[in-house]
Amino acid sequence: MSKQARKNRKKLSVGRISVYVFLLIASILSLFPFYWMFVMATRPSAAYNSIPPTLTPGNMLIENFKKVLNQIDFFGGMWNSFILCAVVTIVVLFISSLAGFAFAKFKFPGKNILFIAILVTMIIPPQLGLIPQYFLISKAGLLDTLPGVMILFFLNPLGIFLMRQYISGAVPDELIEASKLDGCSNFRIYWRIVLPIILPAFATLGIIVFTAVWGEFLWQFTVLRDPEMYTIQVALAQLSNTQHVDFGMILSGVFWATVPLLIIFLLFNRLFISSITEGSVK
Amino acid sequence: MKSIGKEEPILKRKKYRSEQKKDMISGYLYIAPFFIIFALIGLYPALFSIYLAFQKWNGLSPMTFNGLANFEMVLTDPLFWKSVYNTIVMGIMGTAPQLIVGLILAYLLNMAFLKLKGFFRVTIFMPYLTSMVAVALIFSVLFSNHESSLANYVLTHFFGLDPIAWAASEWGTKIAISLMVFWRWVGYNTIIYLAGIQSIPNDLYEAATVDGANRFQQLWYITIPMMKPFIILTVFTSTVGAMQLFSEPTVFLGADAFTRDEAMTIVMYLYRDAFRLQSFGTASATAIILLVIITIFAVINLRLTQGIGRKKRGVMK
Repeated sequence: MSKQARKNRKKLSVGRISVYVFLLIASILSLFPFYWMFVMATRPSAAYNSIPPTLTPGNMLIENFKKVLNQIDFFGGMWNSFILCAVVTIVVLFISSLAGFAFAKFKFPGKNILFIAILVTMIIPPQLGLIPQYFLISKAGLLDTLPGVMILFFLNPLGIFLMRQYISGAVPDELIEASKLDGCSNFRIYWRIVLPIILPAFATLGIIVFTAVWGEFLWQFTVLRDPEMYTIQVALAQLSNTQHVDFGMILSGVFWATVPLLIIFLLFNRLFISSITEGSVK
Repeated sequence: MKSIGKEEPILKRKKYRSEQKKDMISGYLYIAPFFIIFALIGLYPALFSIYLAFQKWNGLSPMTFNGLANFEMVLTDPLFWKSVYNTIVMGIMGTAPQLIVGLILAYLLNMAFLKLKGFFRVTIFMPYLTSMVAVALIFSVLFSNHESSLANYVLTHFFGLDPIAWAASEWGTKIAISLMVFWRWVGYNTIIYLAGIQSIPNDLYEAATVDGANRFQQLWYITIPMMKPFIILTVFTSTVGAMQLFSEPTVFLGADAFTRDEAMTIVMYLYRDAFRLQSFGTASATAIILLVIITIFAVINLRLTQGIGRKKRGVMK
């Protein structure tokens, strides 16, 4: 080995260590609030300002959660959020992939303008229509109902953009031409050929949509006024509106509301990460 | 298909024509759902907002036309300008570092030698899974006003600074809210950038290596220009998102959200007008002003991000 090569190797290993250190710090900073939330959820309210800071879990995990249940309809909120997100995700995946397929593989007049139009709708802030949307939902008798919340989330320009990118790269034109020669209808091509190929992208977009809707607040807060119809976000927001703020109770509610989502993510993360990283977006 | 001889080309052409027509119809049909829903719940309300902005309306009594009075009322309200200032300051503090750190993280996560890639990716992305309400609640405890809250403990014991009233001071609230925005979104952008970096064909780097380009030159002349669509996408969405900040300050400040002005954002100002003060006309005027502000910032940022690539190409030639 030449001197130069050895020098390079040494230089690199210092660089490598600093890359690991940087990423490790980023990971710790990402995880710490989760851990701290867990610690607080197991401690009495006063623990949040003890000196030195409390950094180990206590034994009030269940007790704090019981206080949450006295304050809000936690399980009702979780159920409402789940139904909301599941329906929205399925509908958005369908609408986006179908439109993405059309934009990626079909020729029709005005295609580019329409695609740009969809991207432009992203710039319209949802708040611009908030007031008429509220009255529209109210007139339709959908106030305090989940369908009233859902319909707005069916609009997802980003989904169409991602699906178009993915389909134009992952689905070969030859495959579509060949199926056409075999007499497949366009919808059959979508259903039988495109869908199986884009399943990894479905996982990606599905998780993006599910978490975005799960976490959205303004619209749910506006449409849902009846505590019985609250989604978990609206219910959680009520926790800090009580007279005597109980931090252990608040973070217990947040903890139990976050854990199921983290479990879903960890179950799907392989699919999710492989779909995003293994050269899927070409 | 069974035809033979001279008829074949004509039939083929006919078939091709009808195929084309079919594709056209399918194309329109497949993009129709988006446009139908958009017309109903996106476009119509947006247009109605414009109409409403020129009306005086409390939601119950009939609307009365009052010209530009709504705009005048909003634009002469010091609280409105405070909300614009707050939104811009928190927008810059929350998103600019987020995008830069996201790019760096994505670049590092893509390095060939790196082990534990999966672990790093999962942990860095995890904050995004926490809802805005959850983040705001966690941070409201981390950054509580109390002298010995964890944030103040770190400030006083590690940096020798004075404790800050995080939920009641001009910069305290802004920093706390920017930090929670940063924490929640940085992993999301990292994942998008990572997808972008991995979409760059390897032979580009191989060719550059053959030509003697070093790591930094490769980053500057290949990675970043090739990432342009992804950078534009993230800059665009986070600019628009930052201008719409609502949940974090609302939940972070809890009962004080609509009475204090340190973290009142444009959307909070709009919400307060509409659903607390029943002044739907001025709220709609605010919505339109917000659209103008978002457009201005989006155009500025698009120009800036588009500039990156162009400059590069010029240098390369």
